[in-house]
Amino acid sequence: MSDTQPPPSRATPSLQRKFEGRALRSMVLSGLVWFLAILTSVPLLSVLYMLITQGGARLNMEVFTELPPAGFEMDGGFGNALVGTFFMVGIAALIAIPVGIMAAIFLAELGPSSKLATAARFAAKTLTGVPSILAGVFAYALVVITTGTYSAPAGGVALAVLMLPIVVLTAEEAMRMVPKVMKDAAYGMGCTHTQVIWQIVLPTGMPAILTGVMLAIARAAGETAPLLFTALFSNYWLLQEGHLAVMSPTASMAVLIYNFSGMPFDNQLELAWAASLVLVMIVLIVNIVSRIFGKPKF
Amino acid sequence: MKKPLLSTLVVAVATLALSSPAFADKVRLTGSGASFPAPIYLSWFKNLNKANPDLVVDYQSKGSGAGVQDFLNKTVDFAASDSAMKTEDMAKVSEGVQLLPMTAGEIIVTYNLPGNPKGLKLPRDVYPNIFLGKITKWNDPKIAAANPGVKLPDVPITVVVRADSSGTTAVFTKHLSAINAEFKSSLGEGNTVNWPTTNKFIKSPKNDGVTATVRQTPGAIGYIEYSYAKLAKVESALLQNKEGKFVAPGNSAETLAAIKIPEDMIAWAPDPEGANAYPIVTYTWMIFRKNNNDAHKARAMRDMVEFGLTEGQKIADALGYIPLPQSVVEQVRKAAANIK
Amino acid sequence: MTYKIKRDAMEKPFALDVDTDSICQPPSSSTLLIDRTFRMFARLGVFVVLALVVALVLEIGVKAIPGIQKYGLDMLTGTVWDVGQQQFGILPAIWGTLYSSLIALLIGGFFGISMAIFLTQDFLPARLAAVFRTIVELLAAIPSVVYGLWGIFVVIPFIRPLTDVLNESFGWIPFFSSTLSGPGLLPAALVLAIMILPTIAAVSQDALRSVPLKTKQAAYGMGATHWEAILKVMVPTAATGIFGSLVLGLGRALGETMALAMLVGNSNQISLSLFAPANTLAALLALNFPEAGPNEIGVLMYAALVLMVITLMVNILGSMMIMYAQRGVKA
Repeated sequence: MSDTQPPPSRATPSLQRKFEGRALRSMVLSGLVWFLAILTSVPLLSVLYMLITQGGARLNMEVFTELPPAGFEMDGGFGNALVGTFFMVGIAALIAIPVGIMAAIFLAELGPSSKLATAARFAAKTLTGVPSILAGVFAYALVVITTGTYSAPAGGVALAVLMLPIVVLTAEEAMRMVPKVMKDAAYGMGCTHTQVIWQIVLPTGMPAILTGVMLAIARAAGETAPLLFTALFSNYWLLQEGHLAVMSPTASMAVLIYNFSGMPFDNQLELAWAASLVLVMIVLIVNIVSRIFGKPKF
Repeated sequence: MKKPLLSTLVVAVATLALSSPAFADKVRLTGSGASFPAPIYLSWFKNLNKANPDLVVDYQSKGSGAGVQDFLNKTVDFAASDSAMKTEDMAKVSEGVQLLPMTAGEIIVTYNLPGNPKGLKLPRDVYPNIFLGKITKWNDPKIAAANPGVKLPDVPITVVVRADSSGTTAVFTKHLSAINAEFKSSLGEGNTVNWPTTNKFIKSPKNDGVTATVRQTPGAIGYIEYSYAKLAKVESALLQNKEGKFVAPGNSAETLAAIKIPEDMIAWAPDPEGANAYPIVTYTWMIFRKNNNDAHKARAMRDMVEFGLTEGQKIADALGYIPLPQSVVEQVRKAAANIK
Repeated sequence: MTYKIKRDAMEKPFALDVDTDSICQPPSSSTLLIDRTFRMFARLGVFVVLALVVALVLEIGVKAIPGIQKYGLDMLTGTVWDVGQQQFGILPAIWGTLYSSLIALLIGGFFGISMAIFLTQDFLPARLAAVFRTIVELLAAIPSVVYGLWGIFVVIPFIRPLTDVLNESFGWIPFFSSTLSGPGLLPAALVLAIMILPTIAAVSQDALRSVPLKTKQAAYGMGATHWEAILKVMVPTAATGIFGSLVLGLGRALGETMALAMLVGNSNQISLSLFAPANTLAALLALNFPEAGPNEIGVLMYAALVLMVITLMVNILGSMMIMYAQRGVKA
């Protein structure tokens, strides 16, 4: 087809045939792309199917209240791992969210085009690309070696390294979406930066900021590699017999799934599927909640 | 002087510490290391916690090498290893090291063949060569000759070995080196050896990983602790011993009793004597610091050892381990007093 | 609290009555102090982000120095990893990392870009498009350890018969030169492809959407069919952004750890065969770090540094291409 050719018309038979060939090709390609799109959903459906059939079969109240079984034992659960995951994601959120939002405020409002901001933005983007295992290596050297023990805070620091760039970049984006007229109006009335940020930017941008925070939390909840040699794992509760063991190895859902998936015992494999189902549900719920928050309101 | 105290403790533990808890303070010990004894240790520590709720022992199965490393890095209170501990590693611990054999077991060769033939016989000139990568097919004439009547398929042998630094590997390669000169010269023995790199050698972490991979892979072979075969219900091969007899694992109390434990508590039997001796038997050790700067923890560790020596030995057989001979129990009990 | 802005003051900006509580007054010194403190904290946040990157690079870089000094470039070209003999070669791991990532990129890229075209080029009513978009986003939300579990129990048994057939019929092609035992390169790369697909689809969608509508209308105006417009106009126009998405997908694949550690077979060998077990840098770190002694820590930090350098270069390249593409569209 040359650019100067007139649009095909039924008047000239040769052109018509050519058009049919092109139309056919178009149809084949459309069919192909439909096929590929449906094929893409096969893995998701397969994963969900396995989670529901394999994991759902094992899901009961016990798995939430019991400790992981030793090799040959039947029953058991992953209650302590669930607690551990919440605890460590909580620590990570406490570190990453305030720092991340503060940094985002600077990037979006205080000095968006300063050299410092450019460098920080680059740094945050670089951090998003850091393999999660390296965050674990970092936290191991920084926390585990210094404190002399595997612990929940060590795991929390590793997860925070992964959460921070997501919070920074999404929060900056969220604040940038706040209409400039609103800010200008406030500045025009003599507001300081701080007042504009607290009264205008943060409240208006909050839904989108929360979306970013939620996404970061969902990502952290599913991470395994950074916890392998920072929090390790534990067969007991974080709060065992009234003794809160913060500075000792801590269980997490992701590491439990990893450990149990490599075991030859059916009971553990069933628990790995059940734990996967619970973990995926947590991650999906956080994702959905973030989407509800994140609906643009302006 | 120690005896009455210990027996009182045993009584206290045995009566579930009903009236007076043995501890004023709650103690949480962390340990890591060998996956070989992990099933039995985990059930000991669970029972111990039930008997004495103030004592929590949290053990992570990571492989012997990782356990020793954690011990050296002081990230755990105690470690466990099937390859004991290297002298140069012990020298690094200024507090002094006390090794205690806590239980023992057999390393078995497990396999996954179509039709699940039971009791496959592996002669001593065959199984080292499988792990050397020299016998690569299941229907190899040498395997067939030892197993008349067993239908051996024409499939390649997938060898599953340990990915991590492992005491099980150390004991297994020690045995193979003892019976096969070529294995000794080309691979040698150790927590990690340089396995042949072919498309048919797969590495998997821990005893769990090897067992699981063999179970999921048709045509696979691997080496694991007998307890894993027993609990996960996978096949174990009959290995030919020094006397030329094919022996199944599961009856090694005599073989173990023949291994004398010296002062440093480390002893091996790379190729034991005896007509009915299963050829790969080993003790497995817990590793402690002699001087712990925490008296509560030291006491907790001694109690843990005592629990293992008394209550713990009772479940060993059921889980596929070998109970310690009474003389060894006495020796360990005496040595445990060094943990201060 | 004089510095608080009253909502009604904002809504009635022309109210002239002087209100001591209104913001229509010069900021008091306390307001300025708070402002300055707050800004300082914001700046501090930025410094934390910068410091984190520096600390990450230093922590790994400095700890890698002993390894680099001792083994130098030999480690990058060595093929034997034997802790017992203190021999450390990471070439097989580098090879496995690149090879598995490239295969994943081929598969994930093909599907991801097709998906992006499918979702942006008027194939679907908006509601159905939202369904497919959600599917892609859900794929991204599933933790990698769950993919690993799924890979062991679904992917490997599913592809094993296929690989046996391929090996029997086409064994002379190096890619099919061995049978799949269980864990191996292909199952790992397949799962990896699924994991990077959402990244590629999302970024490619952005690139395709940012092509001005006029461009497409012009193509239709010239008599192009739907697909001629897509393949000859839309995709070439968005090419830089799409390519950027592929590079970012590659970056993600290179650093992925858990699914690979569970599926790749951890064998230190270099083989073209898709069905052979292999190893990757991230899996090497995950498995060896817990048992590393002082000497091995240096070696593993060196390997971590290599991984970091590779992923950072790829990611920075990808980000720069996307930035360039966005600028190009704006201009």
